[in-house]
Parts: sequence; structure tokens; C-alpha cells
Amino acid sequence: MTEQVDILTNLFVFVLASFLGLELIRHVSRLLHTPLMSLTNAISAIAIVGSLLLTGQRHDDLSVALGAVAVAASMTNIVGGFLITERILRMFRGRERR
Amino acid sequence: MTIEQLTQAIYVVSAALFILALKFMSEVRTARWGNWAGVLGMVLAVGGTLLRPEIIDYRWIAAALVIGSIIGAPMGLLMPMTAVPQRTALSHAFGALAAGLVGTAEFYLRGGALDAFSMGVLCLEVLLGYLTFTGSLLAFAKLQELIPTRPIVYPGRNYISLSVLGIAVLSGLYLVVNRGPAEVFGLLVGAALLFGVLLILPIGGADMPTVIAILNSYAGLSSAFMGFLLDNRLLIVAGALDGSSGLILSILMCKAMNRSFTNVLFGAFGQVRVSEAEKGRTVQAYTPQDAAAVLEMARSVVIVTGYGMAAAQAQHAVKELGDLLMGRGVDVKYAIHPVAGRMPGHMNVLLAEAGVPYDLLYEMDQINPLFPETDVALVVGANDITNPAARTKPDSPIYGMPILDVDKAKTVIFIKRGLGPGFAGIDNELFYLPQTMMVFGDAKKVVTEIIAALKG
Repeated sequence: MTEQVDILTNLFVFVLASFLGLELIRHVSRLLHTPLMSLTNAISAIAIVGSLLLTGQRHDDLSVALGAVAVAASMTNIVGGFLITERILRMFRGRERR
Repeated sequence: MTIEQLTQAIYVVSAALFILALKFMSEVRTARWGNWAGVLGMVLAVGGTLLRPEIIDYRWIAAALVIGSIIGAPMGLLMPMTAVPQRTALSHAFGALAAGLVGTAEFYLRGGALDAFSMGVLCLEVLLGYLTFTGSLLAFAKLQELIPTRPIVYPGRNYISLSVLGIAVLSGLYLVVNRGPAEVFGLLVGAALLFGVLLILPIGGADMPTVIAILNSYAGLSSAFMGFLLDNRLLIVAGALDGSSGLILSILMCKAMNRSFTNVLFGAFGQVRVSEAEKGRTVQAYTPQDAAAVLEMARSVVIVTGYGMAAAQAQHAVKELGDLLMGRGVDVKYAIHPVAGRMPGHMNVLLAEAGVPYDLLYEMDQINPLFPETDVALVVGANDITNPAARTKPDSPIYGMPILDVDKAKTVIFIKRGLGPGFAGIDNELFYLPQTMMVFGDAKKVVTEIIAALKG
């Protein structure tokens, strides 16, 4: 029974977060669509949480290997994504600040 | 407070920071805070996870974090702005690979012990993860022009793609019912990897903005399904935010082309067609000096840019020309079509890189009413998004697509590499209008020559 409740709570969270995402993104100016995409790209590397758990639990060699590759891949995504977003955003200047 | 509660509390803060990151991203003024909120959220997510008691060995984690940073830093710091679309595609591939690998390990560690729901989300995570992995790699190869950017088509391709997807779905269903065996899981992985390739092969360069957004969405959803599997709500929230972000962007891109998802994914739009009719029409070719003479007389100029500007790296020259004209008291505006370039917002970034203030950039809805009062519309490296056939010719493949109404300006100066058709493989009506001056040549070279003529 508790397992059923957990699944439903998770679905609840998923649905609410999806609608929140739709509302938030709808208000992003077109000007910022590229940095928005590199930001969400970095955030989608949240898969690193699962990768860390898999690597650190050390079940056996194969799972450590798969996990370590996954950690490295998501870390690449995180570091590269946030850095390029910052670089892009720094270039946006209004007329008054030139 | 136990460690487990502490971790959960950190996850709540992290999820809130991701939401704030997207919220701040809605305006240029606050956008950089948004990025930093995202960084902080991610640091908390990683830190909170490392605190968890299940983690008993940090050596491989440390090594992998270092390797990831070493690969990621140059990808963020050194990539030229014209290469941002391919960087984004490559980065999607990495994120999706991580989700796919974690799903694979979870299957083989506790596949038999999973309940039907968990097996279902595991299959979805793996399917989306691996198809996004190969699909994004292929999108990267196309954007980097390692392989031809035109649609690669073969007979019966849609049946073949859908059959491969069908195999993946059936394997998934079989696994949900039987929780095994590993061979069926292997079939699911193989079919997902292959489907990613088949999905992207028939897609042409100019449809990349939509496709990159869809892949962004899949990468996020894959993380969300991992969250269901691991019972981790931070993954669910972050994944759902990304999933909906990619979805909205791809819908906006489809609307800006007046096409449906299915048409973009399965239409193989933009195969080069032999243009049958209307041969024998002639265009009027002019020199950059002629263009300069017209610009000299203009009081208002709207500059329309497209992928050709990125390909020729002409953004700095374009900005110099704009500044030169503004220095002479000309009213200069930049018009940006939503699907110009290879990813959403691509032109905005390139013009910002060149130093064009963002308040000079106008969206399609703002600029279109202003074209009738514009002396010169200067088109640099754009084509289909200016084709009046989209308004006037119901039999044209791009009929109904919203375009920039440059044909309503008093004079159109159109800089173009050659007289070849645009991405959609169709002739541009604009070339044959009496007010259009075609200037042939590399965008950067032509603009530089116009600047020299104006100064001389």
C-alpha cells in the first residue's frame, strides 16, 4: 500500500512540475531561447544524482564502470552547460549600458 | 535530523533553485542570476547526494568528476558562438547517455526484483536515454557538417523507423510482464539506439531548431523517469522542468514554420527538388557599390539575418555596417525570425556576440508592420523566411508559414552566395521583384565591401 502511495505522490510531483515548467518557459523572451536551452541542458544532467549513487554503492565492477562513465558524461554536461550559458548571457547588452 | 532527512531537505532547496533559475531566465536583466541559481542547485544536488550513507566509495566518483570537468570546461569556454547549436546537441548526447547507462545498470542489478511499474519507467528511461544519445550525436554530426545536412532519405523509411520503435515498445512491454530476460533488454537497447539514428537521418539542417528542442525534452523526461525508478523527487522535478521546456520550444518552432510535429519528424522536408516551372525569369544582379549607394540615401534600414550569416561568420561585419549607418543618422533595426539559424534564438546570440544591443533586435510580430515605411530591407544569409510565396502561393510547400514581410519595403538588398534554392528547395519570389537588388557573394565579403564603399 505504501508503495502505491509513493507512486501516486511521485506522479503528482511530476504533473505539477511539468505544468510549472510550461508556465515558466512560456514567459521566457525569444531573445533568451539559446541560453535557456543551454541552461536546461545543464539541469537535465541532474541524472548525475542517479549516476553518483550507482558508482558509490560499489555493487560490482560492471556497475561501478557504468556509473563512472555516467558521472563523467553528466559532469561534462553540467560544467560545459553552465559555463557557456554564462558566456552567452554576458554578451547581452542593452543600448543604455554601452 | 538523520542524514537521510538532511539530504531530502537539501534536495528540496535544490529543486526550488532550479525553478527559480527558469523564472529568472525570463528576462535579460535577471537571466545571469538564473544561471547562478542553476549552478547552486546543481552543487547542492551533488553535495546532498554525496552525503548519503549508501555511498561507500568515493574514488571512482572523484576520478569521473575530474574527467567530466576536463572535457566540459573547454566545451563551455572555447566553443565559438556560431558552434553553439552543435555544442548543445553534443551535450544532450552526454546527458542522455548517463540516463541510459544508469537504467542499464539498474536493470541488471535488480531487474528481477522490480515491480511492474518500476520496470515500466526503467524501460522508458532507457528507451528515451539511448534514442536521445544516438539522435543527438547524429544531430551534432549534421550541424558540424561531418555528414551532409540535407535530409537523407530512402524508400519506406517511415515504415522502417516505426517498426524499429515498435520492436522497442514490444520489448518494453514484454519486460514489464516478465521482468526479464536480459536478451530482451538488449533488444530494447539496440532498437532505441537504432531508432535515434533513423529519427534524425531524414531531417534537414533548417529543421534543427525543432529537433534540438525535442531532444532537449527527451533528455529531461529520461531523467524524470529515472526519478520514478529511484524514488527521487528532485530528479522528477528537474526532469519534468526540462521536459516541458523542450516541449514548449519545439511547439514554438513548429508554429513559426506553420508545420506539425509529424511533418517535421517524418516529412523529410527540404529535399532538393528540381524547380520545374518559372524558369527563364531573370534577377537583377548588383555590386556591393550599388548597394552602398542605395544605403547612402536611406533613412530607415531593417537588417534581416539568417543561417548564412553564421556560416560566413559575418556577424561582426554586419554590426559594423549597422553602426556606420546609425552614425549617419539612419534608423537601423534588426529583424529576427523565430526559426532563423540552427537553434532557437541562434541569431540573437550571434548579434549579441558582435555587440548589437538587444533593444535593436525586433521579433517578427513587432517588425512586420514597420516594413511598409522602411526604405531598405537588407537580407544577409536568410532565404525561405523572406519568401512571399508563403503568403501568396497556396501550392508552395511553405505556404502559410509566417514570414518577415521584407517585400513590402521600398528596396530590398539581398546578399546571397549563389542563385541556388533555399533550404525548402524552392525558388524565392522575392528575387524577381522589381524593387529587389541581388548582390551575389560571400556574406562577410559583400558586407565588408559595402562598408568600404560607404566610407570611401
